Amino acid sequence: MEKKVSDISIVIAGAAGQGVQTVEELLVGILKMSGYNIYATKEYESRVRGGSNSTEIRVSSNRVSTFVNRIDILIPLNSAAFSHVESRLSEHSMIITDPSLLEGIQNLKEEQIISFPFSKIAKDVGSKIYANVVAVGAIAGIFKTDPKIAKNVLTNRFSSKGSKIIDNNYTAFLKGYELGKQVVENGKYAINLSTNNNIADEILLNGNQAVGLGAIAGGCNFISAYPMSPSTGALQFIAANSEEFGIIIDQAEDEIAAINKNIAAWYTGARALASTSGGGFALMTEGVSLAGIMENPIVIHIAQRPGPATGLPTRTAQEDLNLALYAGHGEFARIIFAPGTIEQAFYLTQKAFNLADKYQIPVFILTDQNFVDGYYNIPKFDLSKIKVEKAFIKTEKDYLRYKFTKDGLSPRGIPGYGDGLVRADSDEHTEAGQITEDMEYIRPEMVKKRYYKRLKLLEDVADKPEIVGAADFSTLVVCWGSNYTVVKEAIEEFGSKEIAMLHFHQLFPLHPNTKEILNKAKKVIIIENNASGQFANVLKLYCDLSIPEKHKYLNYTGKLFAVEDVLDILQKEAN
Amino acid sequence: MDFNDFNENDYDMPCEKAWCPGCGHFTAQKILRQALAELKIPNEKLVFVSGIGQAAKLPQYTKGHMFNGLHGRSLPAAMAIKACNPELTVIVNSGDGCSYGEGGNHFLAQIARNADITQIVHNNMIYGLTKGQASPTSLKGMKTPVQVSGVTNEPFNPLAVAIAMGATFVARIFAGNMAQAKEVIKQAIQHKGYALVDTLVQCVSMNKLNTFKWYKENTYELDDSHDVHDKKAAFAKSLETGKYPTGIFYKVEGNPTFSESSVAYKNDKSPLYSRNLDMNKLEKLIISKRKR
Ligand SMILES: Cc1ncc(C[n+]2csc(CCOP(=O)(O)OP(=O)(O)O)c2C)c(N)n1
Ligand SMILES: [Mg+2]
Repeated sequence: MEKKVSDISIVIAGAAGQGVQTVEELLVGILKMSGYNIYATKEYESRVRGGSNSTEIRVSSNRVSTFVNRIDILIPLNSAAFSHVESRLSEHSMIITDPSLLEGIQNLKEEQIISFPFSKIAKDVGSKIYANVVAVGAIAGIFKTDPKIAKNVLTNRFSSKGSKIIDNNYTAFLKGYELGKQVVENGKYAINLSTNNNIADEILLNGNQAVGLGAIAGGCNFISAYPMSPSTGALQFIAANSEEFGIIIDQAEDEIAAINKNIAAWYTGARALASTSGGGFALMTEGVSLAGIMENPIVIHIAQRPGPATGLPTRTAQEDLNLALYAGHGEFARIIFAPGTIEQAFYLTQKAFNLADKYQIPVFILTDQNFVDGYYNIPKFDLSKIKVEKAFIKTEKDYLRYKFTKDGLSPRGIPGYGDGLVRADSDEHTEAGQITEDMEYIRPEMVKKRYYKRLKLLEDVADKPEIVGAADFSTLVVCWGSNYTVVKEAIEEFGSKEIAMLHFHQLFPLHPNTKEILNKAKKVIIIENNASGQFANVLKLYCDLSIPEKHKYLNYTGKLFAVEDVLDILQKEAN
Repeated sequence: MDFNDFNENDYDMPCEKAWCPGCGHFTAQKILRQALAELKIPNEKLVFVSGIGQAAKLPQYTKGHMFNGLHGRSLPAAMAIKACNPELTVIVNSGDGCSYGEGGNHFLAQIARNADITQIVHNNMIYGLTKGQASPTSLKGMKTPVQVSGVTNEPFNPLAVAIAMGATFVARIFAGNMAQAKEVIKQAIQHKGYALVDTLVQCVSMNKLNTFKWYKENTYELDDSHDVHDKKAAFAKSLETGKYPTGIFYKVEGNPTFSESSVAYKNDKSPLYSRNLDMNKLEKLIISKRKR
């Protein structure tokens, strides 16, 4: 295999607590500020210390936003790292390592190894703890970045620790940097990627942060949540900005409380986010139903992970579409979004708050571990495109919360704003919110209001799936949510005039033209991270499309799809 | 309505009430209406929150805003409503099953937050609406269609739990003792912070053991010798069984409420609904993400 010249994948591997994350933060900071495109993601075990974890950083001349299996440079932080990433190493992989880690490691060729006594150099600087920074310096030296940039990054990173620590880190960095530079000068290894100064100005956000930022941009001012991987990052992002934006943060006693609090917050005119993972959401389902009958807005973020039950807490899956689609007893309308890119996560979450408010329904944002932990540089968001559209009204004396109207939407009042009384009930109710068992007129009218009429309104504003690739496709590769980036890169690399991707970021209700688009293809294949083809089943139900089993590429390992995996699929389907 | 002329009837909804004749919930509602009239709280400032059960129908019959939510979940809802708009008076009315059984975890957690809400638990020591199963407060030995050879669980002691959890206002009333009950309810509503009023009510249809007469004979009023600020004394009183004390067991003033502690009210006291997103701050936050 020819070494790719447009992008380099660097993998840092070691035990939890060994500093994988620090190396990642420093390298990403230095390389991004030097004008390289960056994508990074981590895979980790559900523990705080020990085990084997790794982070991949792709450094590229072009935009990158997804994971490759291939390792161009490995930085092991312990010997176990080699076996942990063994299947991803090839004879083209370079290993930058302390010689002590190589003991007993076989199958590596001399020219693959760049070994420096990182620990010893670190000790000379003052302590073994600087070893990781020496390694960072070596990589920076190979990339020939400007040491001033690293100085800035180190200063920011260690600012709380005082100038001595900053100086030591910088000294350690420079020692590594010189070694890295020598590697290039000796002709052992070189990297020739192009840089772009604009990238330094771009922003870096992972999926959780994009959801959190989108929520804040959507006017979110209340969040009650119970921590659960991999969703916790969204809660913490919002908490970190709560004082600045006046957001009420409540760490709930459980997810049942969380959903009820968030619903009641909306009832009071606030904008609340319920953010959790599958297990936590399972506890919220009665609350979803409450939002349904109360015609109460709610935005729910589910960061999926493999189940059932506790499953694989830190791995990835798209297993909870069915759960989101069918959650809650009884019948009522809802919207389900699944963003494919960081930008989409921001804009869709922002929009979810307006849609929930306007249509008085639950709106779901479905992400997954792959999505929430991955990040890459993107241009700043265009804030002229967004607006917090509050849909509640000031009530009059004779206000009826569930007034029958032609389109089924009753103007939503909130308590304390206007002269009316806002009476919301979980029992079947009259227009005034009073309990009724009138099954001749009121009950059927209320069902029509909450279900048929509402769904019709939602279909009218549904987003279209996006086609990427050949305009005159004969094969469509269907995917949803986080698989956007991996399928897109694979399709672009594969370069067939026959194949296009059809990506859905709105899973329910589907855009009315969906069936028509699908019918244009001679062959439809689908890629999902689950065992049952949950979205394939949605297409079957709502588009009358049966995708044959052999065209369903279902990954239920807990691992994300790599570009290589999708290329294999495309190759197979093209033959 | 004339500001000086508040009447208990102004708080009543003109609708049929699905309570049995003689039900203690009627009295409990009347006491509440009287207290509200005397406190002169306008209907538009009141939010009645409940779960599900016979007691939980009270907001349906009482004039104000209403959030009649899920069985067991009244407290989380009430806490959030008050948090989002501290200008509202938030009163929870639900049954012993709803509040202490299904909602037990919320009971502990909301006490700890000291949200400025009043929780009135209509304690009839039975599941009324579902027709007579044991509740957490049912006394040992009571036979029901489920506890066929009698209740064996230790009865839940809401007052002792609330005092132990740091509740800032803890009281028990017997709805049959209207004069004391009304005064306690008034104080509970005026209390700044979380207030529990465990309210003994008879269930005429489902609880043949704890009747109006039984409550009357087995309760007594706390007198002036009880110091409501003495936590240990309050705890000792809360452990009394056989004859149950009524009145205010414990209160402490000045503890910060949930809203007062929340950063959302640090620089701005207005309710959340009236606030707008600061786009400049948003822009700044986005720009700050140039760095990891
Ligand atoms: C999740 C859920 N579980 C069970 C029920 C059924 N249920 C309704 S009311 C109730 C108990 C009511 O007892 P209590 O709260 O003491 O009120 P009471 O009727 O005695 O006033 C039960 C079990 C329900 N509505 N929701
Ligand atoms: Mg009861």
